[in-house]
Amino acid sequence: MSILPAHRLDLAGHRRRCGVVPWIAYHDDDGRDRLIEAVELAGLRGRGGAGFPTAVKLRAARARRSIVVANGCEGDPLSHKDAALLALSPHLVLDGLQLAAHAIGAGEAVLCLHAAGPVLPSVAAALAERDDRVPVRIAEVPRRYVASEESALVHYLTSGDARPLGKVPRPAERGVRGRPTLVDNVETLAQLALVILRGPHHYRAERTDLVTVTGAVRRPGVVEVPPGASLAAVLAAAGGERGPVQAVLTGGYGGTWTADLTLGVTGIPAVYALPAGACGLAYTAEVLAFLAAESAGQCGPCVFGLPAIAADFAELLRGGASTARLARRIPLLTGRGACAHPDGAARLAGSALQTFETDVRAHLAGGRCRVLEGVA
Amino acid sequence: MKLTVDPIGCSAHGLCADLLPEWVRLDEWGYPVVTPGPLPEGLVAQARRAVAACPVLALKLRKE
Repeated sequence: MSILPAHRLDLAGHRRRCGVVPWIAYHDDDGRDRLIEAVELAGLRGRGGAGFPTAVKLRAARARRSIVVANGCEGDPLSHKDAALLALSPHLVLDGLQLAAHAIGAGEAVLCLHAAGPVLPSVAAALAERDDRVPVRIAEVPRRYVASEESALVHYLTSGDARPLGKVPRPAERGVRGRPTLVDNVETLAQLALVILRGPHHYRAERTDLVTVTGAVRRPGVVEVPPGASLAAVLAAAGGERGPVQAVLTGGYGGTWTADLTLGVTGIPAVYALPAGACGLAYTAEVLAFLAAESAGQCGPCVFGLPAIAADFAELLRGGASTARLARRIPLLTGRGACAHPDGAARLAGSALQTFETDVRAHLAGGRCRVLEGVA
Repeated sequence: MKLTVDPIGCSAHGLCADLLPEWVRLDEWGYPVVTPGPLPEGLVAQARRAVAACPVLALKLRKE
């Protein structure tokens, strides 16, 4: 059974399709242990992009007066799987949110969505239908790329400032208003609900991940694929290639380019298929400029490094010899920010130079693009 | 011990690289690049001086 239904399900429809959470089986402290063990047995990992084991996070945040935060902001322009999930199956997410709250003993739950976003009505209507043990509040978060980073959400919910805070302390130690906090992506919570609704063994055998597929495919949109599916299989699930595809960007704007469609992918939220007639370097230059503009402006390597490599790419497109500078600058962007925003830009830029090596040489040789001039 | 930089606090004064060039260098914008891995025992005293000298207290020495 797939995660996404064909049409939006209200509470009655959701229960007909997915069943009712067997709360009695997870009652009291032993029940919480069993719940987390089931998540561990199912092998569930975070679906926000980082892929951290969910059971480990649940155990770390298990404390008195803890808070659970559902992250439905989905800041990456290439991803809208979370929006599709919240629009079509909000109750699956809310079941998962209640289960996560129960597992860590939280008395408070917050569902973070983009301010004035399109899924707000669906989620608000779903909340109004339910009578949950843990009250859920919707928080509308500013539409910035880094505002939905874990520590940025914690910061925003505590102080109204949606900039990342850094890697220490972890939200599980000191999160919203200083309380132990679990931050999970909304698809992770939906998957958690499916682990319990179907049982961990059944879930493990049949599980699928949501992936947003855009670019040169026949049916762009959100597809479901089993973990480890090849990129070719992901594109096939979106109707297959529309014209030849020269390379694929996996993992959104801060992701990795590859031309190898036999590559198996797990936990990737988004895939963009670059058509043969487009220049991967030009596309990357645009994305780098976007990422540079979306920096929260807090950390030197991001504030100066991102505009620098974006400018290097723009120069490369004009035939300027910026590759030596890029080779020096890109490695210096990794692991030096309060969040992984510069790391993502470095991944994108580095993989572009490798994947589009032939184009790099063509641009350097004549300041011209072999793709756009039809030489390829 | 491990030497780390709080990237939000750091404002590129660069004293750390002056006081501990064996372990810290500056990038082209003046921000510190710390050598990864545990700090050698012989540099700990010098690292403490660098930590104390940071005008914005962004350099930190942590037990691993």
